[in-house]
Amino acid sequence: MESTAIRESRSDRIFTVINYTVLSLFLLIILYPLVYVVSASISDADAVIAGEVWLWPVRPTLDGYTAVFRHKLIWSGFANSIMYTAAGTLVNVVMTILAAYPLARKDFYGKNLFMFLFVFTMMFSGGLIPTYLVVKDLGLLNTTWAMILPGALAIWNMIVTRTYFQTTIPDELLEASQLDGCNDFRFVWSIVLPLSGPIIAVIALFYAVGHWNSYFSALMYLKSQSLYPLQLVLREILVQNEVDASMLIDVAEQAKREGLRELLKFSLIVVATVPLLIVYPFVQKYFVKGIMIGSLKG
Amino acid sequence: MDGTKTETGIAVRSRGAPGTAVWAAARPSPLKKMKKVWRLYVLISLPLIYLLLFKYWPMYGAQIAFKNYIVTKGIWGSEWVGLKHFIRFFESYEFWRIIRNTITLSLYSLAAGFPFPILLALSLNYVRNERFKKSVQMITYAPHFISVVVMVGIILELLDPRNGIVNTVLKLFGLQPVNFMGIPEYFKSIYVWSGIWQSVGFSCIIYLAALSSIDPALHEAAVVDGASKLQRMRHIDLPGLMPIAIIMLILNTGHMLDVGFEKVLLMQNPLNMRTSEVIDTYVYKVGLASQAVNYSYSSAIGLFKSLINLILLVAVNKIAQRTNQSSLW
Repeated sequence: MESTAIRESRSDRIFTVINYTVLSLFLLIILYPLVYVVSASISDADAVIAGEVWLWPVRPTLDGYTAVFRHKLIWSGFANSIMYTAAGTLVNVVMTILAAYPLARKDFYGKNLFMFLFVFTMMFSGGLIPTYLVVKDLGLLNTTWAMILPGALAIWNMIVTRTYFQTTIPDELLEASQLDGCNDFRFVWSIVLPLSGPIIAVIALFYAVGHWNSYFSALMYLKSQSLYPLQLVLREILVQNEVDASMLIDVAEQAKREGLRELLKFSLIVVATVPLLIVYPFVQKYFVKGIMIGSLKG
Repeated sequence: MDGTKTETGIAVRSRGAPGTAVWAAARPSPLKKMKKVWRLYVLISLPLIYLLLFKYWPMYGAQIAFKNYIVTKGIWGSEWVGLKHFIRFFESYEFWRIIRNTITLSLYSLAAGFPFPILLALSLNYVRNERFKKSVQMITYAPHFISVVVMVGIILELLDPRNGIVNTVLKLFGLQPVNFMGIPEYFKSIYVWSGIWQSVGFSCIIYLAALSSIDPALHEAAVVDGASKLQRMRHIDLPGLMPIAIIMLILNTGHMLDVGFEKVLLMQNPLNMRTSEVIDTYVYKVGLASQAVNYSYSSAIGLFKSLINLILLVAVNKIAQRTNQSSLW
């Protein structure tokens, strides 16, 4: 593309103008709702209700945020989500490597059969109810394990990891270490793992975001509120509109209560997304890398 | 699948190392081959156990779709009833409505969602200002990380009939406020376009990758021949994107019947149920959320869906193989 730096023709200049316009339009459409939500969350409740907020905050206040943090379930939801995300991701990464490494080895007898067993589950599944019954039969219902074990391995990530192993770990390395008397366990631990930093980071990120954002397994498997992850708490407040009256305790009048309820929702949207948005600029390039690795067949 | 000629070629040359398995002039027995790599079986055993427990056991359990499953009797003890549950589903008055909703919703999102990431990638590819490019990418990727729950929360807030921003705008123009979420006809569009809003940036990454792998010499040659940017886009970039675009289309078609179940479930309300009920939400409701749960009936519907999905995936892949070089396997 640098080669066009000579001199642009008329049609090319028009093209460039249109191109930038289209992109700016994309940008605005995507950005506006985000900015609006943030602005509304720190605006005065009455202004939000009256529709005075357009782009920037009106009469800034932190009422919504104080209401959010006074909510008992939100704290436990946060704690649970962090726990599920950390533990779940650890299990995911370990399982993915355990499956991907043998499948990446050429001398793994029965490799194709195993690979088929894995890939087939991507195309066909027993379904929601049979899976639920298995979780129930294993006695995992309403336990922390129900949030971790049923999704312990994502086949797609496993395939990506396997491709990475196949393409970046040379066979010569394995041969040399075997000559030196290194067995497969040791090889995975002291050679494969240290060489796989990028892929481990990428799949860990994918898994972690998945855990943080998931609500459906919690909806299916958990009964007690004390185990609820943040997303399920959010669902009750944002979608089902069940705002606990006790948290609005010091606001007497109905009108104000109504306003605070709206404000709380905006603040909640921001609070729930902030952890991801804080790390987002740092991890964005890894996600891009992950997609790239996934898209290129090894 | 990886036993290509080059690989074996390399293995033969590295004969000196007894550790490699493909060093197999004398063809050792399978048992010997297995023994040599027994540690790999140990490694993969945990994932295999997971697979058996949480993937294959449910497939085995799916037989309750052909039985009258009674919890106390278990899967084995319950009696066979053949295709009763399937027939009941096919004959129920809900059947056509659910199927139609599922198919139109997925076709709509497939058709509407397909061109935008490509358009975005093509546009981005011609931006020479690095900073502008970076910021467009950064911002368009961001919604991807918002959870479904929050996403639906945002939709509900923006479209709120009383104080959502969209209705505020309508009122400004002297129009009546609209209860968007309560009008069945609007459900699909809200679902699809909010989905595009959320995923367009992230889906374009894969096309950007494809574009960056196009040989720059093609572009240079085209410039020398006096091609305009638009012509280069049409004759170089678009053909370069075709293989990956087709693979994406196949992948999406294979999952046609699993429309974003989690989002649909969240966006549903009694008012828009007529157009928002899809197979997955119906399975969930019949099997888990209703007062009188019916595991067998619900499993039958789920199994029906899985089967259609599998058939679609295989069929689309076959068609792609015939008409084009690119296919999934």
